[in-house]
Amino acid sequence: MRLHLRSSLVIFCALLAVFVFSQPSLAADKDLKIGFVYVSPIGDGGWSYAHDIARQAMDKMPGISTSYVEAVPEGPDSERVMLQMARKKYDLIFATSFGYMDPMLKVANQFPNTIFMHCSGFKTAKNMGNYFGRIYQARYLTGMVAASMSTSKVIGYVAAFPIPEVIRGINAFTLGVQSVQPDASVRVVWTKTWYDPVKEKEAAKSLLDVGADVITQHQDSPGPQEAAQEKGVYSIGYNTDMAKFAPRAHLTAPVWNWLPYYEKIIAEVRAGSWAPRADWPGMAEGVVDIAPFGPMVPQEVQEKVLAKKAAIIAGSEKIFVGPLKDQSGTVRIAEGVVAPDSDLLSMNWLVQGVIGTTE
Amino acid sequence: MNSELLIPLLTAAVISGTPILYATLGEIITEKAGVLNLGVEGVMMMGCFCAFITAQLTGQPWLAFLAAGLAGLCTASLHGLVCLVFQGNQVVSGLALTIFGTGLANYLGTPYIGLAAPGFSPLPIPGLAELPFLGPVFFNHDPLVYLSYLLPGCLWLVFRHSRFGLGLRAVGQSPAAVLAAGLNATAYRWGGILIGGFFMGLGGAYLSLAYTHLWTNNLSAGRGWIAVALVIFAFWRPGRAVFGAYLFGGIMALQLRLQAGGTTLPSSLLLMLPYALTVAVLLFSSWQRGTQAPAALGTNIEPSS
Repeated sequence: MRLHLRSSLVIFCALLAVFVFSQPSLAADKDLKIGFVYVSPIGDGGWSYAHDIARQAMDKMPGISTSYVEAVPEGPDSERVMLQMARKKYDLIFATSFGYMDPMLKVANQFPNTIFMHCSGFKTAKNMGNYFGRIYQARYLTGMVAASMSTSKVIGYVAAFPIPEVIRGINAFTLGVQSVQPDASVRVVWTKTWYDPVKEKEAAKSLLDVGADVITQHQDSPGPQEAAQEKGVYSIGYNTDMAKFAPRAHLTAPVWNWLPYYEKIIAEVRAGSWAPRADWPGMAEGVVDIAPFGPMVPQEVQEKVLAKKAAIIAGSEKIFVGPLKDQSGTVRIAEGVVAPDSDLLSMNWLVQGVIGTTE
Repeated sequence: MNSELLIPLLTAAVISGTPILYATLGEIITEKAGVLNLGVEGVMMMGCFCAFITAQLTGQPWLAFLAAGLAGLCTASLHGLVCLVFQGNQVVSGLALTIFGTGLANYLGTPYIGLAAPGFSPLPIPGLAELPFLGPVFFNHDPLVYLSYLLPGCLWLVFRHSRFGLGLRAVGQSPAAVLAAGLNATAYRWGGILIGGFFMGLGGAYLSLAYTHLWTNNLSAGRGWIAVALVIFAFWRPGRAVFGAYLFGGIMALQLRLQAGGTTLPSSLLLMLPYALTVAVLLFSSWQRGTQAPAALGTNIEPSS
């Protein structure tokens, strides 16, 4: 009986050892299973589509298999989706909407062997990193284009929600506008939705009616582009090249190109050098760019914008450099000061020249 | 506000109000027959999708418009099946129809998201479109808007001056009396549900054929629910429905225009306006006496033994 107990203990220990040492470690050249969680359908031509272009390219790389779940509501549903992926032994999971942050943190704590990457949030864990892109750099450039093409000196901005990400974009765009036409104004209409073509189009029309002759957007649908083309004025898209929706209006767009960043993360995971952190790559890393110019943009404007782009990539040009005043005229960034990232990430004031509120 | 801003605002009110007007008229027909259909949103979504897909495949906007009506009719027939054949609860069936219609349209539409289809464009009416003020506001739209001008009058004529309209109203007031008169009460209710569904489908078609020419998930975005509230606001009268639909359309357009005009009011407060108005409308309506709600609204016809 006693012998019996001892031998079963030995067997148990042996089994335990086998179990422990056979745990998958992320060695080099190991095949990677990568999962993506998207908030909207990939056919939206916008935010999720931009991520999915990178995913499709990764899927063709040797030793990598990817899959995705689209139109996943933020909150408990997303937790279930991520849990499923983790249980199926995915090595790396990307979730690309702000509201996936807390569900992802919960799942990450339960599956320490899976690496989790959250886009657009601010929380990290031992096996969870977060990342976003400096799209505001591209917005500055599109602001320059808008101002060069505007004769009424009024530019309309259809915006989703007054959160730092969107406010930062409006400010960068406006600074770009003012670098070309110092007395131009940017009028903002909030729709409080990321994706509602009908409402976004109506918001764009309301801006056209108060004299805007270039329309831009921080929205995921091409509704505002359609409104601009129908009125016969110009537009600037967002997320991806929206020229196909409004070929006669579309000047350019701030666009995402996630592939270089995702390739870097894959390489780190394979090399075992990945560590949790918050990444904020920009134009220099190739994550953010502007779409090809429409044929109506004059050559000298294109050259001027591309020169500025080169300076941003080289690091010799920063967007948020003082003196910068808010709408009430209070100096928010002092003369000669380059705003630190912490200020940019919590930006809740609009620069002088923007007509609209943050409430 | 000067006329330079007022005219675009009123023009936008007519356009925003038109899909709601179609849907409200549909719900009025259904409720006149004593059937409460809370599934307007789902029926609109099915109409919206079928209009888009027909326009995409055939390139014929009018055919697409008709297809949307038929899709609305078919979707609403489910409500008839539950309430008239199986004597199910009208509220529950209507809610289920909203979820079903929205879900099915989104599911079937997923491959088409972001695609464009041919639709209706503005067609100014010669002569009338040049009128000062009234011209741009009322006569510089697409044909579906002009069609919606004619419908309330037609409905009023049908309700007041036709045998069918009389039977429809009677079955909404007292199915027992209709049965006693030797008429088929259930058939009249079927008529109300199906014709009503047809109109709701047309409302959905307006969104994907005229308002935008794109397909995306949840294009209706709650407009069906506003239609349900507007029926009460309109006291079940087609004429007042026109007023209500344009009022709501105007409020929806106004809040965006106030922002564009550079108001300092918080946008959150402005975006609340259409919904605050819905609550106000319901309060206002409940203070009025004799709102003319069909007496048998929401109650099923007892199967005769």
